[in-house]
Order: sequence, then C-alpha cells, then structure tokens
Amino acid sequence: MLKVLKSGLYTTLQDEGRFGYRDKGVPVSGIMDLDVVRNANILLENETNAAVLEITMTGPTLLFEKATYIVMAGAEFSVTLNNEPLSNNKVHKVKAGDILSYGKLLKGFRGYLALKGGFQSKVVLGSRSQYFPITKKGFIKENTELPYEECLDFEPKISELKSNSFLDETVLMVSKGPEFKLLDDMQLEQLFINSFTVAKEYNRMGYQFNEKIKEHDWSMLTSATMPGTVQLTPSGKLIILMKDGQTTGGYPRILQLKDKAISILAQKKFGDAISFKLG
Amino acid sequence: MKDYKISIRSFGEHAVLVEWPNEVDEAILEDIIQFKSYLKKNRLDPEEWEMVPAYNSLTLIDKNRIIDYQGFKKELKTWYKDRETVKKRDVFLWRLPVCYDSDFAIDIEDVAKKLGITVENVIALHTSSIFTVYGIGFLPGFMYLGGLPKELEVPRRSEPRQKVDKGSVGLAGKQTGIYPQESPGGWNIIGNCSVPIFDAEREEPCFVDVGDKIQFYPITRAEYDLHKIQGEVGIYQFEKVKLDA
Repeated sequence: MLKVLKSGLYTTLQDEGRFGYRDKGVPVSGIMDLDVVRNANILLENETNAAVLEITMTGPTLLFEKATYIVMAGAEFSVTLNNEPLSNNKVHKVKAGDILSYGKLLKGFRGYLALKGGFQSKVVLGSRSQYFPITKKGFIKENTELPYEECLDFEPKISELKSNSFLDETVLMVSKGPEFKLLDDMQLEQLFINSFTVAKEYNRMGYQFNEKIKEHDWSMLTSATMPGTVQLTPSGKLIILMKDGQTTGGYPRILQLKDKAISILAQKKFGDAISFKLG
Repeated sequence: MKDYKISIRSFGEHAVLVEWPNEVDEAILEDIIQFKSYLKKNRLDPEEWEMVPAYNSLTLIDKNRIIDYQGFKKELKTWYKDRETVKKRDVFLWRLPVCYDSDFAIDIEDVAKKLGITVENVIALHTSSIFTVYGIGFLPGFMYLGGLPKELEVPRRSEPRQKVDKGSVGLAGKQTGIYPQESPGGWNIIGNCSVPIFDAEREEPCFVDVGDKIQFYPITRAEYDLHKIQGEVGIYQFEKVKLDA
C-alpha cells in the first residue's frame, strides 16, 4: 500500500477517463494534463491507461510500504525521497519504507505521480478516475491507503525523457464552437485580441475568467458539451469546461479547445493569463 | 418517417454535431434516437464512439481524433438515409414513485399559492402528466423532461438553495425534474422520489434512456421508507411499461 501521511490540497487518482456513459450524464473525468502522464507511463512501460496520482498546488507526503519504481511529471515541485531531491520525467527506484515529500510548487499547477503497474484501486464504470458520487470518494484524505503491486526489479529501456510539458505556454489553440457564428465583430475582437486571467472559480470541472466580453441574449436548446468547450454566459463571462465538466449545457459553445490547449490550461492557476488563437 | 434537413458540423478535434430543426418536438427526438440506434448497430464502434442525444441534436464523440472530417460528414449524410433499416428501439414508460409529504415538499404550498390552485391540484396535475426525456446531463442521471402542463409553470426560486436533497422533485419554468444527487439548486421542491435514477453500483447505472417517458405516482411516507430500504439493498423493482412504437 501507499500510505497517505499528508493529503495535500486536492489529490486524486486518475486514468485516461470514464468513457461510454456521457449519454447518462457522467463526465468523462481523467487526467487533466494528459500528454505528460503518457510519457511517465511510457517510461515505466505501463499500459497507457494506468492510474496515477494527480496532485494539485500543494502536494502530499507518501509512505511506500512496498518497493516500486516511480516517475513524476507535470507541474514542478521541490520533491524529496527520504530527504534526497528528485526530478521529473525520470525513473526513480523506491524501497519499502521510503517517504516521498512534496514541498513548494515551483511551476505549473498539477503534478503527477506514476508508479510501476499503476495504482490498483477499484474500477467503477470502466475507470479508476475519482469523481463523486460515481466513486465513493471524490479526493484522497489523510491516512488513505492506495493499493499497488510490489516491483523489486525493473530495468527501464529508457530511464529519462525530456520534459514535454507546456508550463510556459499561454496561447490556447481553439477551433470554432457550434455557436461561434453568433459572435459579432466586437465580441470576436474582444475574444481574440484580449487576454484573460483565471478567476477564483477554477477546478477540475471548469475554469472561469476575470475579464468579460460583450453580453448577449441568445437562447439555445441544451446540447452536448465536452472537456475544452468554451461557453459564453449571457453576462459575457467565459467558462471553459474541463475533464469533470457537465456533459450537456445550455450556454452557447463559442470555441472548442484542442487537446494540447486543455493540457496548457490544466497547469494554470488564479491570476495566470491566457489568450485564444484560432487554428 | 420523414427526412429532416439535418446539419452536420465538426465540433473540435473529437466530435461531430448533428442538428435537426431547432424545436422541441417528439417526432424530431424520435428521429434522433432512430439515427443513434442505426449508427450504434451498424456504423460506430461503441468502444470508440459515444453518442449524446439532447433535444434537437446528436453529438458523436470519438475517443481518437477525427482525421478525415469531410469524408465522415459525407458518410453520415448517406447513413442518415439508411436509418430506418434497423429496428426501432424499445421505448419505455417508467413509473416513478414520489412522496409529496410536507417533510419533502418544502415549496409545494408556496407553489400552490403562486399558481392559485390547491396542493392536491398540484399533485394531481404532476402525476397525471406523461413526460418525455429530452436529454440526460448536467449531473449523472439528471433528466431533462418535457411535457409539463401550463398550469404548473412557476418561476424558479429567486434565491437558490445551497443544498437540495438527493431525490428532490422540482418545478422551474417549463421544466420538472429529479435531483439525482445532493446539489445546490433553485427549483421549487414539491416532493422526493424514493428510488435512485442513477446508481454507479448497478450493472446499468441509469436505466432511463433519452426518448423514454416518465410518469410520477404518489406514495405515502411509509411506502417511501420501504422503497428507500429496498433501493439500498438493491431489490427495488422499477415499474416500466413497454410502449408501442
């Protein structure tokens, strides 16, 4: 077991997501910054969908009760294993009794901890991604024990990869959303010339922004939304739905983020600026 | 079945949005469901594709990126013409128990007053209507129901509540519905449904499909408590009637 001595701000188990239930209103969930985790699982020679810990802003302190190999990715934290500093995107050996401590967040917002074989938590509706009430717990609390399999010997084919994270990028590449054509010249100008800063309301469900664009009074019938859908509220506020976002909505969907843009946004926090670019 | 003028548009890297005329209409919904059944059976592998129907649209979501959107659009147009080559999906009327007891129905007196009718009238109107499920979304198992009688149209509460109980049955504008889990909400609460519409522990977590019908029937507090226990241990039997197409 991996014993959670301190939980951090918001630590969850995630895999690539819960597919096949969106027509019943179940969000797809899953890893917010997917590309970096794919690399981590490649280093560990795990299956692509192996579950990892998603760590948010303040990281946990973890006690490994069995030997394994780990890779950290995504946001940069000062992390130590038994007081020795560790770096991202590199395979590290861990012995039974080792303690991994997350310290200060240096860059980005969401970090990931992958281990050999992936976490073996219960699969609910085809996924290990935590989302309440589909999974009994929405996030990990102190003293939780997370199951994984012991691995004493592993010779990684590659032991280190160059970082593939987009922590410094601020431009979100988008395509036109279904209601894009409703936007007038002024709204288009505001949308593509201005930059937007992340408001206090941001989490795995969605991101809101401090700056507004011109209001509108369009109404539409409720229709499907996805991670990366940019909604425009009547007051001119932008909401970008993320992995735990609702599956349908009634606000005009003006833009749709590309996959890479979802990864970029997943690493932004309160006050960080982004801009949109069509492409 | 008549052919509607459908529009097909790309929606990001993973999805295609198919839209029917912009109306709330049962015949349109039926056509959407028919196309969905056809695509599921003949064309789109459910391991790779998800299909989300709602009101006048069907969104097709691919786990992978859609590479040849133009080619796919052309195929969809052809496939739409073939949609009636598969059997119609069975449509069910689900009868759902609701306790309108004052313990749960915290806004029912207020609603009756606003509508100028009695509490009994509110219950009678609510239980005599047959609702159509136009979409499932917002929360797991939340049904967008159409078919509310005009007499029950009441504005949403001016102040939303921070916490509405799981199972609460509400009225708001032209809508009625059940909160599938505890959540904040601004609807007027007139009762509580004793059985879970959504349960991740069940093999089929949500038995209702878009296009199905819902009718509520009143139960006593004692029946409510019994259903709760039956629901928790998983032996509650949902009442359903197969409707002729």
